[in-house]
Amino acid sequence: MNIVVLVKQVPDTEAQRQLNPDDNTVDRAAVDPVINYIDEFAIEEGLLLKEAHGGEVTILTVGPERATESIRKALSMGADKAIHVTDEALHGSDAIQTAKVIAKALGTIEWDVAVAGSEATDSRSAILPALLAEALGVAQLTQARKVTVDGSTVTIERVTDTGYESVQGSTPAVISVVEKINDPRYPSFKGIMAAKSKPVTTLALSDLGIDAGEAGLANAWTQVVSFENAPPRAAGQTVKDEGNGGGQIADYLASKKLI
Amino acid sequence: MTFELSADHETFRKVVREFAEGEIAPHVAQWDREHRLPLDVVRAMGDLGLFGLVVPEEYGGADADFTSLCVAIEELGRVDQSIGITLEAAVGLGINPILTYGTDEQKTRFLPDLVTGRALAAFGLTEPEAGSDAGATKTRATLAGGEWTLNGAKAFITNSGTEITSVITVTARTGEKEISTILVPAATPGLVVEPAYEKLGWHISDTHGLSFDDCRVPEANLLGVRGNGFKQFLAVLDDGRIAISALAVGLAQGCLDVSRKYALERHTFGAPIGSRQAVAFSLSDVAVAVEAARLLTYKAAWLKDSGRSSAEVKQAAAIAKLYSTEAAVAATRVATQVFGGNGFMEEFPVARFYRDAKVLEIGEGTSEVQRMVIARGLGLPVT
Repeated sequence: MNIVVLVKQVPDTEAQRQLNPDDNTVDRAAVDPVINYIDEFAIEEGLLLKEAHGGEVTILTVGPERATESIRKALSMGADKAIHVTDEALHGSDAIQTAKVIAKALGTIEWDVAVAGSEATDSRSAILPALLAEALGVAQLTQARKVTVDGSTVTIERVTDTGYESVQGSTPAVISVVEKINDPRYPSFKGIMAAKSKPVTTLALSDLGIDAGEAGLANAWTQVVSFENAPPRAAGQTVKDEGNGGGQIADYLASKKLI
Repeated sequence: MTFELSADHETFRKVVREFAEGEIAPHVAQWDREHRLPLDVVRAMGDLGLFGLVVPEEYGGADADFTSLCVAIEELGRVDQSIGITLEAAVGLGINPILTYGTDEQKTRFLPDLVTGRALAAFGLTEPEAGSDAGATKTRATLAGGEWTLNGAKAFITNSGTEITSVITVTARTGEKEISTILVPAATPGLVVEPAYEKLGWHISDTHGLSFDDCRVPEANLLGVRGNGFKQFLAVLDDGRIAISALAVGLAQGCLDVSRKYALERHTFGAPIGSRQAVAFSLSDVAVAVEAARLLTYKAAWLKDSGRSSAEVKQAAAIAKLYSTEAAVAATRVATQVFGGNGFMEEFPVARFYRDAKVLEIGEGTSEVQRMVIARGLGLPVT
């Protein structure tokens, strides 16, 4: 089975992230880049699928040149090869444009399943896997907490607010996984060394037959109009227990629809 | 001239740090309380390739340099010293003698499991009455009928009593003025693993006394050449000193990291304590010591990796071990002070750091022994 794992490089989630005031895009220079946290679960799921069914795991990343660091890490975890789509013209592209680019890039190889993390920690739109499946016209199996492949049939447990749904589709399929679906492995020392010689194919938009006029901030379907920093955390609410503390807490939780 | 580790070393450092912070830091206080070495973590360290770093590929290792091992020990030691020493002892004292002096048969028998973290090996050198003066070894091994019979006792032997301990390399007197090393597999009749020690620190690390009561092993369990035991363990200890130095660097760096963070968060009289010179300057001094200790350590590792003369490596190792371990002890003192009352509470890692530090100035050659080695290296007739 040929497995593709979609990996996004994002600014370190634990650092103070910011947007560029010039064009309202993510300031990638200000913060160390890392693999999108949830994508590590996607990589692990890809590797587990390979271990169970054979085949190869290809990492597919759309991003600036520096994204090679994340690609190498994914390869050091055990993926076999990678495709890196990088082009100046991609700067500021939104999820819709990115999905189209990924769809074209997938067209350059043979694949059975494309596994993605359910969302990225920078934009948090959680929409790309669905957009990609639509663009490709293939099965869309999103928010999986469990993935089973039997021949050309893929079955997932799709997480819902109240439990899970069993959803089935046939390959080729786009799968998105939620965190905690597995326990991502750490790269071993040998893995790190081996990753250095694994093939990474770099593609520009022209290699994919995409006109620069379709990509980038100026041609995006969505736009960040304005932004401001999150307000400093307000002081918490103190509940004074005068014999009815439990009830007050229950009322509060109910008002937030948590119970 | 360069003062940087290679990009590969740095990539590897990042992974070990992630592992230490993700898999060790959240649980370490509990393991410490329970005096428990978590064998699943040992196994995970095996998956990471930590035990096999300096082992050739034919035995499942990565054939990496000694510097890589120091990086791994430093990063583990930054989060917890017990886990760091578990790796250091497993490789430096467990794997290294077998790898260096073992026959093909001995290597094939023991190394593959040791490399994957499915087994641990120990080195039985210290005795109740022979520590720094290891030449005073009293444990005896006599050869008769194709078997060595061991009698005697060993003290403070790391990794010697875990459920997965597979073999203990034991130094024993095999003649009047002759010391040899002999492989004693775990569970050999006559090998008694005493109950674990009650230690000031290193609670997670497995440490036992051992006694040998007519403990018989085949003649073929001799490690290396008969009578070379003294020379062998001196070489083993030189490597170990650099590794202990890396462990100390990790501890000092860990102290600096947690205290710097705390000094920014903790406010007194309306300002973070890091704005007080008493705190800030103490941490500056720790930063200087960390930097110096790291440079000495990696220089020694580099000398070893570059195949320099054993005299040169020995001197550099002793200098690094002496300086780094004393710097680490000082760093824990500063960190505990910065944390104030909290520093005395087990709730914060600095209390554990404080307890764990002291042994660094003792194990694998005390500070006094290092000064003796250094003085001899200077050509002084010190006794």
